[in-house]
Amino acid sequence: MEVSININGTQQTHDVEPRTLLVQYIREHAGLTGTNIGCDTSSCGACSIHLNGEAVKSCTILAAQADGEEIKTIEGMADADGTLHPMQQAFMENHGLQCGYCTPGMVMAATSLLDENPNPSEEDVRLGLEGNLCRCTGYHNIVKSVLAAASV
Amino acid sequence: MTVIDNQTASNESIAAGNGVVGQRILRKEDPVLLTGEAVYTNDMVVPGALYMAVLRSPHAHATISSIDTSAALALPGVHSVYTGADMADQWAAPMPCAWPVTDDMKNPAHYPLAISKVAYVGDGVACVLAETDSIAHDAIELIDVNYDVHSAVIDLESALSDNVVIHDELGTNASYTWPLLIEENDGDCQKAIDEAAFVVSERYVQQRLIPMAMEPRAVVAMPQPFGGDMTLYSATQVPHILKVMTALTLGIPEHQLRVVCPAVGGGFGSKLDVYAEELLCVQLARTLKVPVRWNEERSENALATVHGRGQIQDIELAADADGRLTGMRVRLTADMGAYLQLVTPGIPLFGAFLYAGVYKLPKAYDFSCTGVFTTMTPTDAYRGAGRPEATYAIEHAMDALARKVGIDPLELRRRNFIPKESYPYEAFTGLVYDSGDHDKAASIAESLLDYAGLRARQDEQNIPGSTKRLGVGVSTYFEMCGLAPSRVLASLNYSAGGWESATVRVLPTSKIQVVTGTAPHGQGHETAWSMIAADRFGVDPADVDVLHSDTAIAPLGLDTYGSRSLPVGGVALTMACDKVIDKARQIAAHQMEANEEDLEFSGGTFRVAGSPDREMPLAAIAFEAFTAHNLPEGLEPNLEAQVTYDPPNFSWPFGTHMCAVEIDTETGNVELLQYVAVDDCGNKVNPLIVDGQVHGGVVQGIGQALYEEARYDDDGNLQSSTLAEYLVPAASDVPPITLGESVTPSPGNPLGVKGVGEAGTIGAAPCVMNAVVDALSGLGVQDIQMPASPLNVWNAIQQAQANHQETNQ
Ligand code: FES
Ligand code: FES
Repeated sequence: MEVSININGTQQTHDVEPRTLLVQYIREHAGLTGTNIGCDTSSCGACSIHLNGEAVKSCTILAAQADGEEIKTIEGMADADGTLHPMQQAFMENHGLQCGYCTPGMVMAATSLLDENPNPSEEDVRLGLEGNLCRCTGYHNIVKSVLAAASV
Repeated sequence: MTVIDNQTASNESIAAGNGVVGQRILRKEDPVLLTGEAVYTNDMVVPGALYMAVLRSPHAHATISSIDTSAALALPGVHSVYTGADMADQWAAPMPCAWPVTDDMKNPAHYPLAISKVAYVGDGVACVLAETDSIAHDAIELIDVNYDVHSAVIDLESALSDNVVIHDELGTNASYTWPLLIEENDGDCQKAIDEAAFVVSERYVQQRLIPMAMEPRAVVAMPQPFGGDMTLYSATQVPHILKVMTALTLGIPEHQLRVVCPAVGGGFGSKLDVYAEELLCVQLARTLKVPVRWNEERSENALATVHGRGQIQDIELAADADGRLTGMRVRLTADMGAYLQLVTPGIPLFGAFLYAGVYKLPKAYDFSCTGVFTTMTPTDAYRGAGRPEATYAIEHAMDALARKVGIDPLELRRRNFIPKESYPYEAFTGLVYDSGDHDKAASIAESLLDYAGLRARQDEQNIPGSTKRLGVGVSTYFEMCGLAPSRVLASLNYSAGGWESATVRVLPTSKIQVVTGTAPHGQGHETAWSMIAADRFGVDPADVDVLHSDTAIAPLGLDTYGSRSLPVGGVALTMACDKVIDKARQIAAHQMEANEEDLEFSGGTFRVAGSPDREMPLAAIAFEAFTAHNLPEGLEPNLEAQVTYDPPNFSWPFGTHMCAVEIDTETGNVELLQYVAVDDCGNKVNPLIVDGQVHGGVVQGIGQALYEEARYDDDGNLQSSTLAEYLVPAASDVPPITLGESVTPSPGNPLGVKGVGEAGTIGAAPCVMNAVVDALSGLGVQDIQMPASPLNVWNAIQQAQANHQETNQ
């Protein structure tokens, strides 16, 4: 079946099997491998992206369900001139990443969290990122990064 | 005392050049990782590759009676199907175990696909190659295998009874017994126990853990059919070890094999191995002459990637009337799982030397460990590897001793600390600890936590009838890092060395290239190694590039694990820099017609002492070395040096962790209120990275204490094989972590560093569990099995109350 999705501002159309997950579509059809896969039970959040401006786990929906919609992936966050998105910058400045595997999903979830709650408490950030697992950082610096991004 | 949390990092304020070591510099690794530009193995685009999927045994212990692959083969898009029997004659050797800990260790032949018998749920039985990943997965469902099912062997102690023997050819489930008996001069273990004022006998169970690096494993094998070369891309921590072992196992000439790790998404020991899928992909790519790739799914990872821990620890402490340790006996039963992976049998041995923690113990020590086969996923290194287990046992037992002696657990520890004046200190095992200041680390933690204040609050809060009980936990630790002096490894029967290699070259335009044998997967070596070289040369870290994790570019190395990279690889780098600087000095002296001894080198420039106008910058020397027009007689062109460094000793990081918990006695829920970690890893190259390592380590230790467990049912089925069932801590499960600063340089190496990758994990589990038991000991709770889940805690409280009623009747 044909699926047409606006990805990071560009309309893309691909022929996919109906069972294709959105994350597979993004990685294999659109060729954007920044979005990672960390589980098979929608538990880890490594695959988080924005669907019409809101964070979703892209392994929980079919590509077909995003037909005609707009998505943003980690590749769409920095400016074309190389300037990082403020959330990316905050992660960098606060050492909010180590191996980086959870990071694209974390950044996408965190920006969406701030869209909904621009002045979160530490507790709000911890609860808001509950669905995104990181095995490296112990979350301390991730939380610090998000709070720093909220204050710029 | 400093709290080191509020310091932010920015590269604007840093002083490049000499003095750059020790500053909080932002990581070079981050821009590619933050933007999705990084390429992990599974991100690689490989035209023409066949996708492999592995059919895994659903039984813990069974004989394969027949396999029918016809339906799978008939599926459109399937290229081929292989069973273990099909491939049996393709292996030059079984899968490697590099650590035969005793001469009579039993090690069953282990092949990438089981040939006649399976020994755990997840054991590979057959594999499919297909045009796409999903076709390959569809096809394995169509393979029909008949099994003759035998009883599973899950319990370690009943495994030792040999009622059901897993590997018939061995005749037993016991792999080895390794003793470390030290009774000389000032000690005798049994005598110490007989004469002790206090004896504590405890049994602890280290539950099995699943490492769960966020990136599952992935492999791409790329053959060069006509040239004969083979490139193996793998999400591994050990490209160099993997290369040697793959060459040996497959009979491939080593010089035609190249191993590359693209970006690697965490390892924690689980990627320190040689895995069936790596060997299968290489062998199939080699025979079929097309690229073959595989990527692991999460639930497959829980079965097919090694587990960690899995030990029963019996520990006996003997102490005098003041609570000073006089002797110790340790008996371990260690779960090997179904087969011995790369270093499986050696893991408990790392702990053997650490059971006395940071305490003085006479040479009255009796340790022995028995490795046992079970029908579960093989175990191997997991963050800390033997050392967290040892630390847990001594630290948890010290609390039990404190309760017996009737003194505060921190006071008991202080009485037993090795005093800082005694360093370097020859320990009961004969190993020499480099440096330590335990009282300092403990005092910093004590005031950051407000230990006294919490104790007072505890007296008020933990009154009869209270349903919210406060607990305070303390743990200290010593960690054996910097793996490792090759001669010590030899004495432990390990099959390889412990050196590390570094090459440094100054390019014609004076940019610096560092080639390291370490293989980072989140630890930030590109940043830290740049800083070390920049500091040595007096240049900007931005002018240094670090190459690694590709055996064609960095042919010599022993990779990253065991907190070894900085104390071994970083030191090798320092020495290689100095060797290059020595050569540059010869060129500078020649060109400036000065004596080498009269040259000073700082800020990247050689100056003649006393004549400030006579100077030559590194850039000019590098170009001279490149053109070779005017070099000292006999000196080779170019500025390059390689150093292989074999550490003379381990390095010994240490520290104190403290925490406070509140337990709801009605639900069994444990809330971590506060966590303080003081980890002294010697000098820090980049404190930003050090802090991150500690944070992450602590949370993995908290995970073991409160949440994580690989649970098997009696039939040997793993019941926690997904991230929905296996509880990796989330942000909302853990508190912020307060770090205290203590720096006691190691005198054992020129950087004064000790290593920090595992410290947090080692300190954390006993700290949290000590707090949990501390909260409940007033209710009669003696101990709680990890993880201290609400259910385990609630059960322990009920049990204690039942016992209490019984005694009162
Ligand atoms: S891959 Fe989507 S939640 Fe884990
Ligand atoms: S940085 Fe490695 S999983 Fe988060």
